[in-house]
Amino acid sequence: MFGWEFPPHISGGLGTACYGLVKGMNHHHQQVIFVVPKLWGDEEPMADFVNASDVRIDYREKRFKKFWKNLTYLEVSSFLVPYLGPEEFKKFTDYAVHDRTDVDESIFSNKFEFSGKYGKNLMEEVSRYALVAAQIARDKNNFDIIHAHDWLAFPAGIAAKEISGKPLVVHVHATEFDRSGETVNQPVYDIERAGMEAADHVVAVSQLTKNIIVKKYGIPASKVTVLHNAVLDSSIIKSKYEKKVPEKIVTFLGRITFQKGPEYFVEAAKKVIERDPNVRFVMAGSGDLLNRMIHRVAELRMATRFHFTGFLKGNDVDHMYAISDVYVMPSVSEPFGIAPLEAVRHNTPVIISKQSGVAEVLRNAIKVDFWDVDAMADAIFALLHYDGISRMFKELGSEELKKLKWEHVAAKLVTVYEKTLAERS
Amino acid sequence: MRTICFYFQVHQPFRLKPYRFFDIGEDHHYWDDYLNRNVIRKVAQKCYLPMNALLLDLIHQHKGKFKVAFSLSGTFLDQMETYAPDVLESFQKLVATGQVELLNETYTHSLAALKSKDEFQALVKKHQDRIKELFNGYQPKVFRNTELIYSDQIGAMVADLGYEAVLTEGAKHILGWKSPNYVYSNANAPKLKVLLKNFLLSDDIAFRFSNKTWADYPLTTEKFVNWINAIPKEEQVLNLFMDYETFGEHQWAETGIFEFMKHLPEAVFSNSDFTFSTPSEVAANVSPVSKIHVPVPISWADEERDLTAWLGNDMQDEAFDRLYELEKLVKGIDDPEIKRDWGYLQTSDHFYYMCTKFFSDGSVHEYFSPYDTPYDAFINFMNVLSDFMLRVKQKQAELQS
Repeated sequence: MFGWEFPPHISGGLGTACYGLVKGMNHHHQQVIFVVPKLWGDEEPMADFVNASDVRIDYREKRFKKFWKNLTYLEVSSFLVPYLGPEEFKKFTDYAVHDRTDVDESIFSNKFEFSGKYGKNLMEEVSRYALVAAQIARDKNNFDIIHAHDWLAFPAGIAAKEISGKPLVVHVHATEFDRSGETVNQPVYDIERAGMEAADHVVAVSQLTKNIIVKKYGIPASKVTVLHNAVLDSSIIKSKYEKKVPEKIVTFLGRITFQKGPEYFVEAAKKVIERDPNVRFVMAGSGDLLNRMIHRVAELRMATRFHFTGFLKGNDVDHMYAISDVYVMPSVSEPFGIAPLEAVRHNTPVIISKQSGVAEVLRNAIKVDFWDVDAMADAIFALLHYDGISRMFKELGSEELKKLKWEHVAAKLVTVYEKTLAERS
Repeated sequence: MRTICFYFQVHQPFRLKPYRFFDIGEDHHYWDDYLNRNVIRKVAQKCYLPMNALLLDLIHQHKGKFKVAFSLSGTFLDQMETYAPDVLESFQKLVATGQVELLNETYTHSLAALKSKDEFQALVKKHQDRIKELFNGYQPKVFRNTELIYSDQIGAMVADLGYEAVLTEGAKHILGWKSPNYVYSNANAPKLKVLLKNFLLSDDIAFRFSNKTWADYPLTTEKFVNWINAIPKEEQVLNLFMDYETFGEHQWAETGIFEFMKHLPEAVFSNSDFTFSTPSEVAANVSPVSKIHVPVPISWADEERDLTAWLGNDMQDEAFDRLYELEKLVKGIDDPEIKRDWGYLQTSDHFYYMCTKFFSDGSVHEYFSPYDTPYDAFINFMNVLSDFMLRVKQKQAELQS
């Protein structure tokens, strides 16, 4: 498998999903070679990790050169690349403005370092990663199938397929349309499309995503299988962490970017506070829209009721879920969205947008259109004030959660593999 | 008589510690004791101690002819007492010479004058009491509002409190063709004299002294005395108002700022007809030439010389309004910690950190701010304020039951 990140070094849901999937595959005794651009040394020893930075590359190989030529000249002309945090954003823009050197000489040395993070040199790293993928595919010939996660790893998957002749499955966790709306970044779209076309089979994380793949990328529906994500652990978390404020808490937790719809949460908050001032809203996370959200909250004069925590790590994430009375995910376009399931584990009722893949598996949640702030405000108000409905959601939600296991997802994936291999031979 | 009036602002805020959402309702200590102590100790070594020693020498050397004035904010006095008693002692020595005048201001260097007369008066009273207590019964006669913020209305409040004079900025947009080198009077309360900062000559020392791209670099005492000699003979008062931290902190010792000050009085006495006076002496000896009209508040901050360093953007206005909404509630609660925090939260610096004017003055704001961005400053302040509101409401509920 080719990925781009793996726990604990993750910047979004992709890493968590890969982790769950590898764990599920492990359960079914499947051998996985998982390639990530940079290993940090503290991943769990489940998969046979290959650190892309450690692979010696034979750049004289003709097919490699061809590959390099095909991918080098792709440049990101938009800042909307996946999971770009503020730190990476700055690096990236600095790079774009100041020190763009399209071909780095170090590529032609035997060994090179991947930064392992998104942002600066992103396109360059994607293509280097593909180069390394080809080398790995040649060195490790003891595998049956290639599996690449999201566009960043698609060129790697294509390269590995080309050199090994083994079938390729691409796994779509998000598309460029989710990240950027209708104004897609063309080079990214092109890579996504090339990956899906080159693949023998495509896996989508939701029906919503499958529809986009069929409609916007022109992939035949028969080539796409929906595999919903699952949760690593479906047990209910009884946190000892206690809330210190008397008011009820409504939480948004995620990257504060266009895709996540933070502005709809802010507007809905204003409507709720007008009716019931004894509520606190929390926006946890960071992202390129953070400052705009802070400004808007100040402008709406509700900053003593609406709080920002910045990026939360480790225990703080659990604490945040534990003290929340309602969790809201107003995503504009969410291929899956695993966070609401985490909220359910903490017995927190959730409101999710109809434009999210998770809405397909979570029946016991309130679902609203992301743009319908009135409906969102109504739903928040109802869950805060009418105990019956929130109690019902808590009970039924946790029941539903138990059915969402990575083992089940992995079992379906094995079927997909088998079918793909069968079609080949 | 032609005279130079030196006045130094000495202020340090109680900076907030990083206060998170999770702390609301639990942690009621808001102040970054470590940072605040470090700043005081650092500035004490670089500025307060060496400059106080230098001023004491000059006062002794010139036997009653050299004098200066200070306004020491209450938040500075509190921190000095705790973290730097040696600095407090050196200020007490200076005041004891009789050549050093102290001014009054609002205790916590607040913006209360813009919002509440009651709170303004209460904070001035507190400052009066504290100066009296620390400086052997000293009673200031001249007032200086936070960051030289002044308007006709604020002047009238100052006059009501019985002060003879008030200090403010010689802002171009209120002076027009007029010179700052005269004494003026308040438009509503003519008895109150208004001393205006000569910002050109003040800023030559405070801001441009070490600027190597400045055409007049390096600034020497000869050059400075030539400039003041060039002031028309009929203009009588040269008000040099600046941050005390100019000496050794904003302008490091290596720039020669201490040497400059060490030789300035002598150069003035031997090559000009200027003397040195304190603000109350200027007020007593010089008659006002006219009223000065300041309908809209001015200050000494930034190019605009207005209030936009502290108020005006949505974050600043939200923080400011939410804070002062609590005034009535706080007044009804007799709790020393609530009262203390209420005062310290009013310190103007908290609002200064939220300023989003990123152009020419942004770098000055950045220099003074412990936060990375104005947004961080706002979030931190609002988290603290949210906790403070909970405490106030809880105390009030206790009182009612």
